[in-house]
Order: sequence, then C-alpha cells, then structure tokens
Amino acid sequence: MSLLELERISKRFGALTVADEISFSVGEGEALGIIGPNGAGKSTLFNLIAGNIAPDSGTVRFGGMDVTRTPPMGRCLSGMGRTFQIPQPFEKLTVFENLLVAGSFGARRREAEACDRCAEILVDTGLFDKANVLAGGLTLLQRKRLELARALATEPRLLLLDEIAGGLTEAECHQLVATISAIQQKGVAVIWIEHVLHALTSVVERLLVLNFGKVIGIGKPDELMASRAVQEIYLGIEL
Amino acid sequence: MSIAIPSFKVETRSGTSSLAALAAFAGLALAIAAPLVVSRGVVQDLFFILTTLVLAQNWNLLAGYAGLISVGQQVFVGFGAYAMFGAVILAGLDPIAAILIAGALSALLAIPTAFFTFRLQGPYFAIGTWVVAEVVRLLLAQWKALGGGTGTSLPRDATRDMIGVDLIRDLFGMKAAAASDALTYWIALLLALATIGFIYRLLRSKQGLGLAAVRDNEQAARAVGVDARRMKALVYVATAFVTGVAGALIYVQKARISPDAAFSVTDWTAYVIFIVVIGGIGTIEGPIVGVVLFFLLQKLFADFGSWYLLVLGVIGILVMLFTPRGLWGLFSDRTGIQLFPVRRTLIGGPPAHTPKGGPNG
Ligand SMILES: Nc1ncnc2c1ncn2[C@@H]1O[C@H](COP(=O)(O)OP(=O)(O)O)[C@@H](O)[C@H]1O
Ligand SMILES: [Mg+2]
Repeated sequence: MSLLELERISKRFGALTVADEISFSVGEGEALGIIGPNGAGKSTLFNLIAGNIAPDSGTVRFGGMDVTRTPPMGRCLSGMGRTFQIPQPFEKLTVFENLLVAGSFGARRREAEACDRCAEILVDTGLFDKANVLAGGLTLLQRKRLELARALATEPRLLLLDEIAGGLTEAECHQLVATISAIQQKGVAVIWIEHVLHALTSVVERLLVLNFGKVIGIGKPDELMASRAVQEIYLGIEL
Repeated sequence: MSIAIPSFKVETRSGTSSLAALAAFAGLALAIAAPLVVSRGVVQDLFFILTTLVLAQNWNLLAGYAGLISVGQQVFVGFGAYAMFGAVILAGLDPIAAILIAGALSALLAIPTAFFTFRLQGPYFAIGTWVVAEVVRLLLAQWKALGGGTGTSLPRDATRDMIGVDLIRDLFGMKAAAASDALTYWIALLLALATIGFIYRLLRSKQGLGLAAVRDNEQAARAVGVDARRMKALVYVATAFVTGVAGALIYVQKARISPDAAFSVTDWTAYVIFIVVIGGIGTIEGPIVGVVLFFLLQKLFADFGSWYLLVLGVIGILVMLFTPRGLWGLFSDRTGIQLFPVRRTLIGGPPAHTPKGGPNG
C-alpha cells in the first residue's frame, strides 16, 4: 500500500488552474522528485498535500486515511513534515527552540524527551553552532537549513522539501544530498521540489514533471528527461 | 553520519543570584506586613498597583504571547464586578466567595465571546472585542435590580462582615474599614503573585513554547503540530477568569458600581495597554516596570487634568518609536538581566566541535 495517494486533485485560483487532475502516489520510504518551471504549481501542490489549501475536487490519502479535509496540524501529527519555500522560522525563538517546538508538538513528546533528538538533528543539519542564536538573525541559507531541521524534528514518515538546495556551493550541495539520502535510508519517504537537477537525481528514484498544474510525466529520471514533452518544457531552460 | 553524541543539557537559565532572591524575599515580607505599618491611603495605593498589575499581566499574556490584541478586556472587569454585586445583593453571598464566582462566570462569558471574536482577524478582532464590551455594558445597564444605568452600592454591612474582617480586627486591633482594606489588599497581593506564578510556569512549560511559536508564526506553528486555535482559546478563557476575579476584587474595595465606570475602556484597557507597552510587551518583567511608572506618573500629573493624558500619550509614542521592546527590554538588552528566564539554552556539544559555554545572553 502506498503512503501518500493523490487522486484527481484540482485547484483553481480564479481563472488560473494551478492543479489539474493530479494523481500520483508515493510508497513508504520512497523518494520522489518534482520539477517544473516557475509558477507550474509545485509549491501549491505541497500546500494541497500538507493541508494549507483545500482542493476544489479530488482526494488526498495518507497512510490509508482520507485526509482531504484534515487541517495542517492533523496532517503533521499523522506524519507529514514540510518545509516552506519561503522560510517561516519562529523568529524570536532560538534555532534550538524552533526544533523543540516541532520535536515536542509534532512528534508528540515531552519536552525533555525531544531535547536529545533535536540536538542530534542540529548536528546532522550543520546548525549546531547556531543552536542558541535567535532564528530571526539567520541568513537565508541558514533559514532554509532550519526549515529542513525543523521538519525533521517532527519525526515525519513523509518529508516535503521545497527548493532547499538553491544557492548552495558544490560542497554544501553534496553534504545536503548525503543528509537527505541518510534520512531516506531510515525509511522516511521524501518528496523533493528542486531546480538543482543533479542533486535531485542523485537522491530520488522517480521524477514528476509539472507544468501549468498538469503532470507532464512521471517515471525514472533518465527515461523521463529523454521524453519529448519534457524536453519541450526544458528546452532553453536547462539540459 | 553517526557521530556519538554526549548527553546534552538544556537549561532555562535562572541567573538570579542569591542576592536577588534575598531581595525578593525581603520585598515579599514587606508587602505582606504593609497594612500593619503604613497608612490606609498607602494600602489603597498599593491595592491599585497590584490589581492594575494583574490586569496588565493578563493583557500581556493575551497580546504579547497569544497575539490576541484585545481592546475589550473591560468586559471581564465589568462583568466580574457585576457578577460579584449580583451574588452579594441578590443571593446574599459573602463578597469574598462572590469574587471566585465572578471569575468563573467571566470565564463562561469568554466562551460565547470567543466564538464571535475568533472569527475576526487582526484589527477586526480588536474592534470585535470592543463591540462585545459595549453590548455587555448596555445589557447590564438594563438590570434594574443592580441600579440600571446609574449603578448601585454594596450594602454597608456586606464588606464589614466579610470572611476574615473580624479576625483581622481582633488580631491587629484595626477599625472595620481599615481591616476590610487590609483584607482586599492581601487578596490582591495573593492574586498578583498567583498570576505571575501561573504565567511563568506556563511560559516555561511545553505549552508556553507552543504559545511562543504561535505568536511568532501561526502558519508554521500549525505545520509543526501546534494546535494554535485551541491554545489561543485557552489563553483567552484563562485571562477572562483572572480579569473577572480582578474586576470583582476591585469593586469589593470600591463598594460602588456603575456600568460606565465598570466597563470603562480607558481605566481597564487603555491604561493597561500603556503599561504593557512602556514596560515591555512579551516579558513578565515589563508590566511590573510599567505599572510602577504609570503609578508615579499618575501621582505626579493627575492634578493637571487633560495634560496628564497628553503626557501619557507622548511617553507611549516615544517608547514605541525608540524602544519598541519597552523600558524593560532596553534594560535587559543592555545588562542581560532576566528575572523570569524562559529561554531554553542548549549546552554541551558534539565531539567534532569544541564545546564552548553558552553565549549566556
Ligand atoms: N494563494 C494564491 N492565490 C492566487 N494565486 C496563487 C496563490 N498561490 C500561488 N498562486 C499562483 O499559482 C501559480 C503557481 O504557484 P506556485 O505553486 O508557487 O508555483 P511554483 O512553486 O511551481 O513556482 C503561480 O502563478 C502563483 O502566482
Ligand atoms: Mg515554488
């Protein structure tokens, strides 16, 4: 049985269709990449999965349960962890406290229990030096890293990552890929929206291409990138 | 990447030196003994400071932590006061017992009120709370048994025969009026300490951490599993309870009520906001500093009528412009002193890094 299942999800903003009958599923521990031009509806798709936006029609199932009407909090508690493309830190809390909120509420633990795990995550994501710094004082790159760390602290079964590799140096990108692979190897399913293709393809088994809210293709990265429909979209953009 | 991690320690730094603890202890002893040493006028001033402090701590929790900017908290002061009057005059209860009932009824009133105002966002929430206060004031002004629009007084013997007054008279040889002032003062002291204790415990708890997250970014808080709505509702009801208790207590001491005074937006909300803002919103120390400053300003300028309000306004604006975190914020930033630390500091470190002592700031 698959962990996440979307069935004919549609969403319009006025005249603009941002999700057009989207159906796909992600298995337990699987890693799926999502690519597509800017404005294709990738972040909106995350909002539909995480419950920030209600679809006009269609069904979202998570762990076999219909969660289409479940608010974001409930989806987090049932095991979805997400990052925001535009980071949303708790600015007047420290980096460590940011994780502690996620580790105690999202993972339903007592605060004292959550502490050790949060500290470990800070080490894994390279934020340990910043543990006691106010999140409001972080740079954009650090904020993105905090998004990842905080999502991890909720101890998710499914991790939704929205463009967290942009702006990294080659070495940092390498490090990030290693971190995400390690997370996936522990059995966490990952859906990763990313423009940095080589980083993405070194982690994910399948790729989904989105354009104007439509799924153009889904499958093995190399096969998909060779297909005409995808090349048309990416001609002049990448490849 | 499996680095062996030594046990981390988490500290909510309580840098209070034993000297500060001693000072607090001495202060408390003085506060308790006050009615035995100072004049009735001073006891009444202290009563005013303590009850205003309770209102300010509650508004601070509401606005500074739950992000609920209410300008209608006078509804719970007025309603609590009227509930107490009703319980004393109509049901013949002891005023002290009536205070607790007033708190419970205020918390009950908060439920339908929240149902209405929580649908409103940002400035509309503020306006909504004010509208609710006006509606409740107009309704209570219709209550003929409690004097309608002109108000009424507590029966003379009600405050004289309160539980405890006799005991205080016998113990300290006070007159009835002084004994009843001393009693309300001690209750106010207890209420202020309990309120601060409750808020401090709350902020240090897991729920307090969640509340701070909601304050900073509600969308992100929900995304990491914090039930923002429930948390705000609980804070709203809890502050309604305490504000109602404070309102009832204030009016036991005043012994005379009218709708306009009991639901005064100036006395019970505008001044309170001023206090929290100049002292420092989002800290427990802020309202304490604010209320003392407010009291001094009132003593200095109250004779100047509308000039007084003008001075308050100018000070409020200056503080908001130049130290948005209030006077306590300014002091705390400079000195690093916190009387009620709530920050969770991670100390210790992984083997890869040299463990350095927390920044301690
Ligand atoms: N809340 C909203 N209301 C109206 N339009 C929106 C909203 N959110 C996103 N959009 C629009 O939907 C389209 C898809 O946005 P988005 O999902 O952020 O794209 P992507 O993440 O693929 O770059 C964009 O044209 C964007 O302007
Ligand atoms: Mg996007």
